[in-house]
Amino acid sequence: MKFGTEVLLLAAATLLAFVAAGFASDDLFAAHAWVLFAVFALATVFMMRKVEFSTPGGAKVEADKSGYVDDVVRYGVIATLFWGVVGFLVGVIIAAQLAWPVLNIEPWFNFGRLRPLHTSAVIFAFGGNALICTSLYVVQRTSRARLFGEKAAWFVFWGYQLFIVLAATGYLLGITQSREYAEPEWYVDLWLTIVWVVYLIVFLGTIIKRKEPHIYVANWFFLAFIVTVAMLHIVNNLAIPVSLLGAKSYSAFAGVQDALTQWWYGHNAVGFFLTAGFLGMMYYFVPKQANRPVYSYRLSIVHFWSLIFLYIWAGPHHLHYTALPDWAQTLGMVFSIMLWMPSWGGMINGLMTLQGAWDKLRTDPVLRMFVISLAFYGMSTFEGPMMSIKTINSLSHYTDWTIGHVHSGALGWNGMITFGALYYLVPKLWNRERLYSLRLVNWHLWLATIGIVVYAAVMWVAGITQGLMWREYDDQGFLVNSFIETVSAIHPEYVMRMVGGLIYLTGALVMSYNIIRTIRGDVRDEAPMGGSVGTAPKIATAN
Amino acid sequence: MAEHEEKHEVDEQTGTQTTGHEWDGIKELDTPMPRWWLWTFYATIVFSIGYVIYYPAIPLLEGSTMGISGQTNRLQLQQDMAVADAARRDLISMLAEQDLEDVAANPELVRFAEAGGASLFKVNCSQCHGSGAQGGPGYPNLNDDDWLWGGDLQAIYETIAHGVRNDEDDDARFSQMPAFGADGILERDEINAVAEHVLAISGQDHEAALAGQGAEIFMDQCTACHGESGMGEQDLGAPDLTDAISLYGNTRETIRAQIRQPKHGAMPPWLERLREANVKQLAIYVHSRGGGEEAAE
Repeated sequence: MKFGTEVLLLAAATLLAFVAAGFASDDLFAAHAWVLFAVFALATVFMMRKVEFSTPGGAKVEADKSGYVDDVVRYGVIATLFWGVVGFLVGVIIAAQLAWPVLNIEPWFNFGRLRPLHTSAVIFAFGGNALICTSLYVVQRTSRARLFGEKAAWFVFWGYQLFIVLAATGYLLGITQSREYAEPEWYVDLWLTIVWVVYLIVFLGTIIKRKEPHIYVANWFFLAFIVTVAMLHIVNNLAIPVSLLGAKSYSAFAGVQDALTQWWYGHNAVGFFLTAGFLGMMYYFVPKQANRPVYSYRLSIVHFWSLIFLYIWAGPHHLHYTALPDWAQTLGMVFSIMLWMPSWGGMINGLMTLQGAWDKLRTDPVLRMFVISLAFYGMSTFEGPMMSIKTINSLSHYTDWTIGHVHSGALGWNGMITFGALYYLVPKLWNRERLYSLRLVNWHLWLATIGIVVYAAVMWVAGITQGLMWREYDDQGFLVNSFIETVSAIHPEYVMRMVGGLIYLTGALVMSYNIIRTIRGDVRDEAPMGGSVGTAPKIATAN
Repeated sequence: MAEHEEKHEVDEQTGTQTTGHEWDGIKELDTPMPRWWLWTFYATIVFSIGYVIYYPAIPLLEGSTMGISGQTNRLQLQQDMAVADAARRDLISMLAEQDLEDVAANPELVRFAEAGGASLFKVNCSQCHGSGAQGGPGYPNLNDDDWLWGGDLQAIYETIAHGVRNDEDDDARFSQMPAFGADGILERDEINAVAEHVLAISGQDHEAALAGQGAEIFMDQCTACHGESGMGEQDLGAPDLTDAISLYGNTRETIRAQIRQPKHGAMPPWLERLREANVKQLAIYVHSRGGGEEAAE
């Protein structure tokens, strides 16, 4: 009986969620348990419809065991696309809420609850799905081995989606640990830990059974990302629940130790989730798309180990000029500065892989996407160490400069490299000759680039304006501005920021359309990219 | 070097040797690390070592190394504050020690107090009274000359120093208007009549007959605090009802509501949070906003 076990497990989980809802010790936990109940009930019904009973004699054709496991990657591609659009959309909404506070709708849809929804949707739902599906695709091919544990991979995929749904509904209900990028409460954290460990087993198992003598550099980065994120997640979320059937918990740490644990986690979420993981992506898709060898093997070794070693110490730069002891602030700053070149090693290796293939940029908008992505990576990994310098941080910290910095990294580097990877993957995964339209890829490229540039530029202006206004003293040594005056001063930038986000979202919608048409097998009848050479305008000849 | 003895395939376009490995068609070149990259990396390490020597950096069992500079955030703040305080010490101590009248007679001190008061106001007062001191529903406008508790320097100082209707300061301004409706002192019709009278004396549209009835009730119930003319009494914090400036609104509805069950605003005692000189700065700033009055002789 195919899927029999799955149906039974899901039905049991549905029952457990129902019981949890009934015995919950607070309303929020009950509400969350009802969400879980609904998800499991729907999943049970859905799986029951897929149950197949094998009849004696009517042997099923076994799936081809020699090929790679790609179904779960296909699901991951769709999930990445879906959560990307959701995350960008919520971003535009909260940008509008900041510009026009009247758009805050109490209690579920105010800025305070939608903001973690936006950050988690983009980083963990969009970025996380992109990392999971590309890592599973890449590790099989670069190891020449079928995935270790196909069912486990499905568990990782659906378990991760469940984590996202629980996190997102929790934010809207008002369930939060108030730890940035780690808002979900203890029970959601426990669930993610289980899912993540299974992910590690699948990934590591595939590497162990590889048929290649060496482990490819992309897999070093993916593995560093999976292992470190597991460690960060577990330590930062150490907490004691008030009740085993209640939503609230208290952190195991207190005071400045708690703050440092949080930012050790927070900064390494950037370092290992958004940098190491996506560098893993870069090391596969850029050489494949450019069809060129990786620029320097030695650079990849040195920048990998220096990045991994240095990143983990840089977190205290989020706590400059706070109760954190001076020595920790110093170390946070110097490790951030030393991180500059190890970060740039990835950019150099990516960009220089194109040597001998620069001409392809004229005709290949997907390759252009990778190049722009690497440019933004280089820009934000220079900006980061710079902002960690205490004197600069005293101006930039708590201002929108930080928001601009994060978005040039997230939209520019993480977004663009994911888009490029999706454009590479979709025709291969769905066995299409090519994308529906390369011209639409080019449209997406420019919409996304303009959106990021608008966003980052106005946030620089807004952030520096704020920073300067906050520290402005008159000639007698008195503060000049009240907080609200600094807020009204940057209202135009807030409006522009929303416009930048809207342009970026439009680009993502163009991509969605392009990818859906590609999956359906359509091919747009269009002039080839860079093909203007042969189509010079006809000159009417007078006779 | 041993690793180079083995000859691998050479990439045609760059002329660089590959490492001899291949994964899913991806090869790697054996390009050396860019020198500028390596040297910049070394430079950041050298800078960091210097920084670690100069500033507090290495944790010890208790505390940490202090570095050559011995400079910490706290020390830096203390030094900066000491410099700022030194520049202002004379003016601050004059403010703290002198009577408000003497302060007001010294133009240099007034200029200093107004500037400091403006800054203090933005940090401490603008949340309720607005960044332009224009007030809002329930929070008095401080730019006009309609004062609840008095508008000369000393009266403003007292209000800021001790606050209004709070439990923290025994000298807080205190008054309470009876809830004429909620406590059953007046009938609904009577309240409506009094409200009509208030509309009348504040020069707004009203029903004359009803206002006439209201005037009689007003004489019985309200004059003890608000005075026969309705001009109020600042010693009691009873507002002037004739100027159509009201904390909780001037419409028929809001006046009726205020008689039925009055709202009573509160303000914290700032002398408990700020220094004596700061409260004086604030008093002088508020006094200077346009409605400040001369002290009564």
